[in-house]
Amino acid sequence: MSRKEEKRKQRERMIEENGLIYLEGVSKVYSAGAPALNGVTLHINRGEFVFIVGDSGSGKSTLIKLLLRELTATSGRVWVMGHDVAKLPHRKIPKFRRNLGIVFQDFRLLKDRNVYDNVAFAQRIVEIPTKEIRRNVPSILATVGLAGKYKARPKQLSGGEQQRVALARALINKPSILLADEPTGNLDPKNSWEIMMLLEEINEAGTTVIVVTHNREIVNAMQKRVVTMKKGVIVSDEEEGEYIDED
Amino acid sequence: MKISTLLYTLRQGVRNIFRNKWFSLASIATISVCLFLFGIFYAIIMNFQHMVKTAEKGLAVTVFFNEGTSDLRIAEIGDLIRLRTEVSEVKFVSADEAWDWFKGKYLGEYTGGFPTNPLENFANYEVHLNEASMQDVLVTYLQSIPEVRMVKYSDVTAAALSGVDLIIAYVSLGIIVILLAVSVFLISNTVTIGISVRQEEIGIMKYIGATDFFVRAPFVIEGMLIGAIGVGIPLGIIYVLYNRIVQYAAATFPMLSNLLSFLSVEEIFSVLTPVSLGMGIGIGFLGSFTTVRKHLRV
Repeated sequence: MSRKEEKRKQRERMIEENGLIYLEGVSKVYSAGAPALNGVTLHINRGEFVFIVGDSGSGKSTLIKLLLRELTATSGRVWVMGHDVAKLPHRKIPKFRRNLGIVFQDFRLLKDRNVYDNVAFAQRIVEIPTKEIRRNVPSILATVGLAGKYKARPKQLSGGEQQRVALARALINKPSILLADEPTGNLDPKNSWEIMMLLEEINEAGTTVIVVTHNREIVNAMQKRVVTMKKGVIVSDEEEGEYIDED
Repeated sequence: MKISTLLYTLRQGVRNIFRNKWFSLASIATISVCLFLFGIFYAIIMNFQHMVKTAEKGLAVTVFFNEGTSDLRIAEIGDLIRLRTEVSEVKFVSADEAWDWFKGKYLGEYTGGFPTNPLENFANYEVHLNEASMQDVLVTYLQSIPEVRMVKYSDVTAAALSGVDLIIAYVSLGIIVILLAVSVFLISNTVTIGISVRQEEIGIMKYIGATDFFVRAPFVIEGMLIGAIGVGIPLGIIYVLYNRIVQYAAATFPMLSNLLSFLSVEEIFSVLTPVSLGMGIGIGFLGSFTTVRKHLRV
């Protein structure tokens, strides 16, 4: 068996035993102040839909940054898709991230490119032939309900539409995991629900979805697994959970 | 890398120039102004140096021989002088040529009273120098040859020319170094600012899994294209201006044609073009390459 094959099997075993995402006693301390994460252990299995909730400063964003390998843990270990992310060399990070779709509260679209180019960009970086990109982009735009807006620039779209473009970009390469950091934070209730319904559809199609949110109404209505964080610690982790108040 | 990716990268590099019109214009203007000033100073300094060199080459030491020195010995001495490093050219003037020149210049048709050549012993070598500052060494050498009767030279002219030569060397070196430093600073600063404002864009690309190469390549291509355009404009203007000024000077001051010997536009551009391209495209490349790197650690 080649070394590459052996490593792949090791990763598969790791996922089977500990889940697609596995944090083991993870702490993160920034240069000054209290730890942003303090001994967090968390398993997330393939195909799960998980809400991560908590007030500002609870450590939600740090958790997402660790999963994206934007940060590394001060102590403990983080495995994503069987990779020990702290051990990933810089040159391997891009390939790793291509398996993670990411959606931000502020959409983070390339402002000087139209909808089509924003979504196609994700395929360009994985060197998909132009012919295929021309097929794939309209198809994913149709899935998120933006088939007719491929020529529009981000500033010509509403917040909800921009978030759909970000979703299309995150999904076009068929990632194993979709990380959504406050995806409804800048949206009105109607658009928020539409985005959440899309995320649910994506999850039903097999993608693991992790949503960081403050939106109590959505969390309580959707009856999914809810991980609640407070001051860098997981204070509750429940299937079909509810948004727990700070008090 | 696939050809479609390469073409995409090139296309993005070109598109970036238009996407960031104002930054592109500011960068091109900065590079153009810097290189225009550099080019103008370079052309002035090189021509000035050329004129001094031409004057130095016109500076000659004349060597006369003792009465009775054989033609063979004079020829031998001529060969020895030619071997000297100070010497650029040696011209033999025979006694007859010397008399013909004198007659032509001072006597005209009144030469009847000289049945023989009165300058019989005035066969000489006209020795031209590489540099005025080398005159002393050469004169000392020439005076040490036993057959040499007299060495004629001008101390004052040589001293003045070698002084001017030295001043020009220092001043031109100083100006070129300062202009180069200012250009490098301004151009790389402009490129740096232009890329820094697009830090967010670089961050987005990295989040969705773009490699460093994929993020960097369009910026580098953009930087190099801006550099190339920024070089082309001043070189074009200097080319046209230079030819016009040289023609104007030659037409307006014909009496100074000996002194005003300009370098050809090809001679100026044989150095100016590669140096300017190196500065414009090179700084565009290095500036964008290093600045993007700062933002790639996401």
